[in-house]
Amino acid sequence: MSHAADLHAAHVPIATRRSATGIPTARLAVWWVLASEIVIFGGLIGSYVMLRLHHPHWAEEAAHTNTLAGAFNTFVLLTSSLAAVLAHQAAEAHDGPRAARFLGGTILGGLVFLLVKGFEWSNEIAHGFTIFRDVFWSYYYVACGLHGLHVIAGMVIMAIVAADARRGRNLHRVELIGIYWHFVDAVWIFLFPLFYIAK
Amino acid sequence: MSLPATAHDVGLSHEARSFWSRYVFSTDHKVIGLQYMFTGMVMALIGGFMAYVFRMQLAFPDQVVPLYGLVTAREYNALVTNHGSIMIFWVAMPVLIAGLGNFLIPLMIGCDDMVFPRLNRLSYQIFFVSAVILLLSLAAPGGGFGGAWTAYPPLSASAQYNHTPWGAPLWLLAVALEFVAFLLGGINFTVTVMNARAPGMTAMRIPIVVWMIVIASLVFMASVGPLVAGAVMLLLDQVVGTRFYDPKAGGDPLLWQHLFWFFGHPEVYVVLLPATGVVAEIITVFARKKLFAYKTILGTSIATGIISFFVWAHHQFVAGIDPRMAHLFTITTLLISIPLAEMMFAFIATLYGGSIELATPMLWALAFIAEFLIGGVTGIFLGANATDIYFHDTYFVVAHFHYTFFPIAIIATFAAITYWFPKMFGRRLNETLGQWHFWGTIVSFNAIFIPLFLTGAAGQHRRIYSYESFPQLSTPWLNQLAVLATVALIVLLIFQVIFLANFFWSMRRGEPVGANPWNANTLEWSAPSPPPHGNFATMPTVYRGPYEYGVPDRELDYWPQHVPS
Repeated sequence: MSHAADLHAAHVPIATRRSATGIPTARLAVWWVLASEIVIFGGLIGSYVMLRLHHPHWAEEAAHTNTLAGAFNTFVLLTSSLAAVLAHQAAEAHDGPRAARFLGGTILGGLVFLLVKGFEWSNEIAHGFTIFRDVFWSYYYVACGLHGLHVIAGMVIMAIVAADARRGRNLHRVELIGIYWHFVDAVWIFLFPLFYIAK
Repeated sequence: MSLPATAHDVGLSHEARSFWSRYVFSTDHKVIGLQYMFTGMVMALIGGFMAYVFRMQLAFPDQVVPLYGLVTAREYNALVTNHGSIMIFWVAMPVLIAGLGNFLIPLMIGCDDMVFPRLNRLSYQIFFVSAVILLLSLAAPGGGFGGAWTAYPPLSASAQYNHTPWGAPLWLLAVALEFVAFLLGGINFTVTVMNARAPGMTAMRIPIVVWMIVIASLVFMASVGPLVAGAVMLLLDQVVGTRFYDPKAGGDPLLWQHLFWFFGHPEVYVVLLPATGVVAEIITVFARKKLFAYKTILGTSIATGIISFFVWAHHQFVAGIDPRMAHLFTITTLLISIPLAEMMFAFIATLYGGSIELATPMLWALAFIAEFLIGGVTGIFLGANATDIYFHDTYFVVAHFHYTFFPIAIIATFAAITYWFPKMFGRRLNETLGQWHFWGTIVSFNAIFIPLFLTGAAGQHRRIYSYESFPQLSTPWLNQLAVLATVALIVLLIFQVIFLANFFWSMRRGEPVGANPWNANTLEWSAPSPPPHGNFATMPTVYRGPYEYGVPDRELDYWPQHVPS
């Protein structure tokens, strides 16, 4: 810990250093954030499934989504999660620069994911499959868009965490952003079959 | 295990303190709690004024309302809508959960702040912005949103129907931001109670009100998610032109009702639980008796929280849902009264044989039990689908609703303010003025809503701007009841002047008190009044539960949690 940090330590609330459960406070908080996210995506996906059961013609609309691109993106996202796990492993070994490099790999994965997504969307919009075409497409764009925003947010936070980790600071955050990234992955695992495979 | 290098997370020390850094941008949980409370009080005055304006229109249709002017039909709708939204989202939530939670949680579990002080400040700032947006929406072109606080589509989804192209999306944006603020706050509360407890503060020694705030935060977190998703869809319908809720285009307006009430009904318990927690704290102190059945009360509040997720469709009995489903929801709705009744019995058992002192906080707490009972019992009529179909669109619903929410948002809040005022400001409220205010408020409250039960039972429809065009609904008897309710409302509002005067006068001039004016056990009373930054001179250790009053063979009739045996 640097000298400046020592000076400030006196003003850090005791509350932030306690751990009555034995679980680090930050990890607990991330879990609760994800719990609140689960119900947001749960509400969206649940509504989509309920409506889809009542609208057989949505299957015809779904036939126009690009399954291959979706499958490739699934592969990219899962691979980027592997990099996040390796970053966590490096952080556990107190190797900040190595953790930062792996996080860089995860960010790259997110970038590829978004590029493929952008290619898909522009293609679909060009062919008239816009958000207004049908409620199926409204759900498609809103669910994937909300998920995409989570990917972008994760990448931004990960860049900050990686910049810190490179200097050996706040290494515990590497695990936390990893947990979040796995969640973003898991949401995609639901979206992929519901919008790309079920036709 | 402690966290490494959290020092980086905290900004400057609090030594350099201007007015702004101390009261506006502070990360101190007590300051943030009071910010929430004062914002809530201001919003309550605005919401109360709105009630005055539309009640005047109902009692004296199409006449100039003093301090306002003529009420148009559109303004009437906007006033009713925003009165409801404000009182629930910008009064009950910030005062009961965010205000009390922030002020009390660190003090009651024996630590110096929340685990995320800056997140806490951010949550208030988002809340403040949401309140500003809501108030600005009233002045937007086309006026404020008038589609009721439930915002059912298709009325809410298209400016074609609601004529408020700005008011509706701004209203929705304000509500969404308010949700974000309380999600952040709720996560902070939950993690703080999980991790920052003082040594010895085991789960079964946590004061009930803290438990209740945490359970409420979790219920809120679990129920609001689907509505956040629904709000995104509604906002897109309003602004972009998607058709999520438009049946013509394959959407479904009922979907919103499900998403809304899946949140909306648990929300009742989100604000109810902290209110009952406040009542539990107060009756045990002023009956000088151990809280009866701590574990049962805890169990019933958890049960209430869980069952509250399975009752939502009782709001939709008249919306064309499957009658078989309606029966199911009738059963779950009637079931939820069991844990709550049990909780009320535990409170009454606490009072039984106690040495009851009828100080102002205790009066409010007892009034809560009595008035909420009326709200609960009349709820049975609305939870049962057979009677609800008759009552649903009448003033009976309005009266029932206010007999639950007024005890929660107003009576329990006054109980909390009068009880913790000495801790907040180091001075005592004037007891005589407090009693005047109590009786004035309680009597006039009942005089507002008992007439509305009667008009509702007589078939008076709600959500109507002027009854003059409906001869069957504007008989002399119904009109007299409407006038009575309106006059009682004005009396109630006038009595709040006594409270405000007492509050602000006592803040500066009230009789100074020591750390523990009520001889109470919980940890906040071991800190100085008002507690300084950091709360405790030495961090307390906890040796026993919070409700050890009248323990035999002890000289004192109370036994604070932090005093070693």
